[in-house]
Amino acid sequence: MSYTVKVNGMNHVVDVDGDAPLLWVLRDIIGLTGTKFGCGMALCGACTVHIDGQPARSCITPIESVGNAAITTIEAIGDTPTGKKIQDAWLDLEVVQCGYCQSGQIMSASALLASNPHPDDAAIDVAMAGNICRCGTYSRIRAAIKQAAARSDIRGRG
Amino acid sequence: MDTEAFAHFGSDVLADPLQTGVSRRSFLKASAAAGGGLLLGFALDCEEGDAAAGTFAPNAFIRIDRDGAVTLVMPQVEMGQGTYTSMPMLIAEELEVELSEVRLEHAPANDKLYGNPANRSTQTTGGSTSVRGFWEPLRRAGATARNLLIAAAAQTWSVDVDTCRAEKANVIHMPTGRRISYGNLVDTAATLPVPEKVALKDPKDFKLIGTPVKRLDAKEKVTGSAQYGIDVKIPGMKVATVAACPVFGGKLESVDDSKAKTIKGVVQIVRLDDAVAVVADHMAAAKKGLAALAIKWDEGQNAAVGTADIITQLDAASKNPGVVARKEGDVEKAMAGAAKKLEAIYQVPFLAHATMEPMNCTVQVRSDGCDVWVGTQVATRAQRTAAEVTGLPLEKVQVHNHLLGGGFGRRLDIDGVTRAVQIAKQVSTPVKVIWTREEDIQHDLYRPYYYDRMAAGLDELGMPVAWTHRVTGSSILARWAPVAFANGLDRDAVEGAAKPPYTLPNIQVEYVRQEPPSGITTAFWRGVGPTHNIFMVESFIDELAAAANKDSVDYRRALLDNSPRAKAVLELAAQKSGWGQKLPPGSGRGISVQFAFGTYMSQVAEVAVAKDGGVRVQRVVCAVDCGMVVNPDTVRAQIEGGIIFGITAALHGQITLKNGRVEQSNFDNYQMLRINEVPAVEVHIIKSTEAPGGMGEPGTAAVFPAVTNAIFAATGKRLRKLPVDPGELRSV
Repeated sequence: MSYTVKVNGMNHVVDVDGDAPLLWVLRDIIGLTGTKFGCGMALCGACTVHIDGQPARSCITPIESVGNAAITTIEAIGDTPTGKKIQDAWLDLEVVQCGYCQSGQIMSASALLASNPHPDDAAIDVAMAGNICRCGTYSRIRAAIKQAAARSDIRGRG
Repeated sequence: MDTEAFAHFGSDVLADPLQTGVSRRSFLKASAAAGGGLLLGFALDCEEGDAAAGTFAPNAFIRIDRDGAVTLVMPQVEMGQGTYTSMPMLIAEELEVELSEVRLEHAPANDKLYGNPANRSTQTTGGSTSVRGFWEPLRRAGATARNLLIAAAAQTWSVDVDTCRAEKANVIHMPTGRRISYGNLVDTAATLPVPEKVALKDPKDFKLIGTPVKRLDAKEKVTGSAQYGIDVKIPGMKVATVAACPVFGGKLESVDDSKAKTIKGVVQIVRLDDAVAVVADHMAAAKKGLAALAIKWDEGQNAAVGTADIITQLDAASKNPGVVARKEGDVEKAMAGAAKKLEAIYQVPFLAHATMEPMNCTVQVRSDGCDVWVGTQVATRAQRTAAEVTGLPLEKVQVHNHLLGGGFGRRLDIDGVTRAVQIAKQVSTPVKVIWTREEDIQHDLYRPYYYDRMAAGLDELGMPVAWTHRVTGSSILARWAPVAFANGLDRDAVEGAAKPPYTLPNIQVEYVRQEPPSGITTAFWRGVGPTHNIFMVESFIDELAAAANKDSVDYRRALLDNSPRAKAVLELAAQKSGWGQKLPPGSGRGISVQFAFGTYMSQVAEVAVAKDGGVRVQRVVCAVDCGMVVNPDTVRAQIEGGIIFGITAALHGQITLKNGRVEQSNFDNYQMLRINEVPAVEVHIIKSTEAPGGMGEPGTAAVFPAVTNAIFAATGKRLRKLPVDPGELRSV
């Protein structure tokens, strides 16, 4: 069956079964590989994207459930004010190691900051506990979220 | 550099010991690059003729183009540990170029050109050896190139080389201030004789080394553009996913694929001896197709095997004498005369690696060659297995290495490449094989189960007069590098046990090899030998201190007179942690000290044990002396992350078997530490002028005993088996 999905502002027509997870539509059909496969069961958060601004695990999101919703992936999150702030803070604090989980971490953190501009530790725990980092960059993730929240302006890194 | 100095630090046990070792890469060579430019590589004796004939090796470390662009071909892979920043720093320091001007390329598979001197000259990234192996050679490569460029400038200007210096990719004539860019010098430089000896900078003159340079791979990793093996896109490529027999050693009996074939997007079912793969247009269809297969397995001889059977075998084996790894003094006599004796059995479980990027490998097999796209810690091994499976000559196999979404030892093995090539042989297009998380965990190669017997004799003052440690478990080396498994001794299996930093007058350390049932394969896991042995040794030392009624820090300090660097990290960690200060009830501090991977480290963990037995690690203070530091922020990051990796295993990690199958399958039952469980970590680096030590793994090894010793301090319960069992700690 054919579905039209709106990803990062562009419409894509894909011909797949309705139960095909959004993750694989993004990665294998549309070719946006920034969204990662980690577990396939919404246990690790590596596949997090935004659906109409809300964080969602694309590995368990059937394409037929997406409808006309606007999907944002890591490739375009830097175009949003919070996404840019989060990415800048990630770079400032040298969060990444292997980096594989960081697309999902950044998508979760961006969604958190968009809905809660000044999250406390408890709010960070709730929003981020679904994202696993095997390299153990959690403390820097927490610090980067706080730094991004503390920045009232949106300065680029030049 | 003296790689032999590291010989017993375990770094080199990962390597194939087939090489002649230290000095094969004895000189550098320069040559003209295709299309102009200077190529500088480490030449081997056998290639001298090539250089004389005016050709050049395309596999050089450094390439400087006419436009001034500097390319560094990375011999070591990036799996998070920061090599793609530290290696360029080593070159750029001597070459006098800005790091922003350095471009990085993954090295092709070639042991001769890219072998790691600290890993017996094989192209292996493991054992915390990248900086140790390339610390000297890459600086020398940079310095030699700089010298050639300066000489080229001096020749161009007809001035003395001593009146010229290099700065920011330019050579400057100091008396006149004239300058000329590297790009404009490369053609001349390529014609000049390579200096036999170049002076390396005095460390006090370092501009980059020792500074917290930003990671060069960070930007692509926060924007989603970084390319891991799993992200490869090849024209015409299909995607496959695989199911291997759930019982280790079992075979495929039959498969009914009639339903799977009707699924939209499924293109082919591939049958192998012990597995089935579904090839499809995309992973969604491949997974759906796999789920629709009706598979019959011949479960084979392991169909009834459980973890308890394996432990029983280990226990029996551990009662036999082992191969002696170290023997000093007279243990029996000292034990007989001891005022007090202690004995204990320590156990650590099988562990999976669970890299965030599941196993994957993309392969195209053609009649005239084979391409492999993968992120691997061992590119040349990947090349060899592809050649063996296809029957092609080695040089017809191209390995295209990628960023690794975690390695931790998992990608030191090439079973995934072997499997992917087996599948690709039956597929006419390029095919990307992706393991589901369940297949990744249930068909990992596991950190061995170890079952160690420890004993000690104490004198009247409670100090050790005899120490014995018998390590029993699988030999990874016997499989991975059989030649290194000499006379029944696996040096990796006893690393951290054979040479504790303490003065122990009578000591005997033995190794008993006991393999799990055939079909269950063991492998290196972050921290290799020390990750289990430091737990045993540092827990048992703590038992001795307790038996002697002495403070854990004082007791260790008294045994470290002959190891001042170990004593210094111990004292610093104790001081920074507030050792001795009171903690609330149910809380405790534990300490560990280790020398491993050429690095001295001490950690103090603070834990709180709840009434239900739940353990929370609240704080870890780490003191480290890793010699000269290339990038202090990388050192911190590796310790922070290594500690999380270790706590994850200490609290949650175990792979168990039932009916020949792994019981864990995904992150719900093979749990990872999450952000809400993370302790505060402090890292204190001791300034040192010693040779650099390894940093990828020490942080993981040191944390296990720090945590369990802290649990002992909090509860009085000595945990001798991992992972921590809250049931043992319950107080209600």
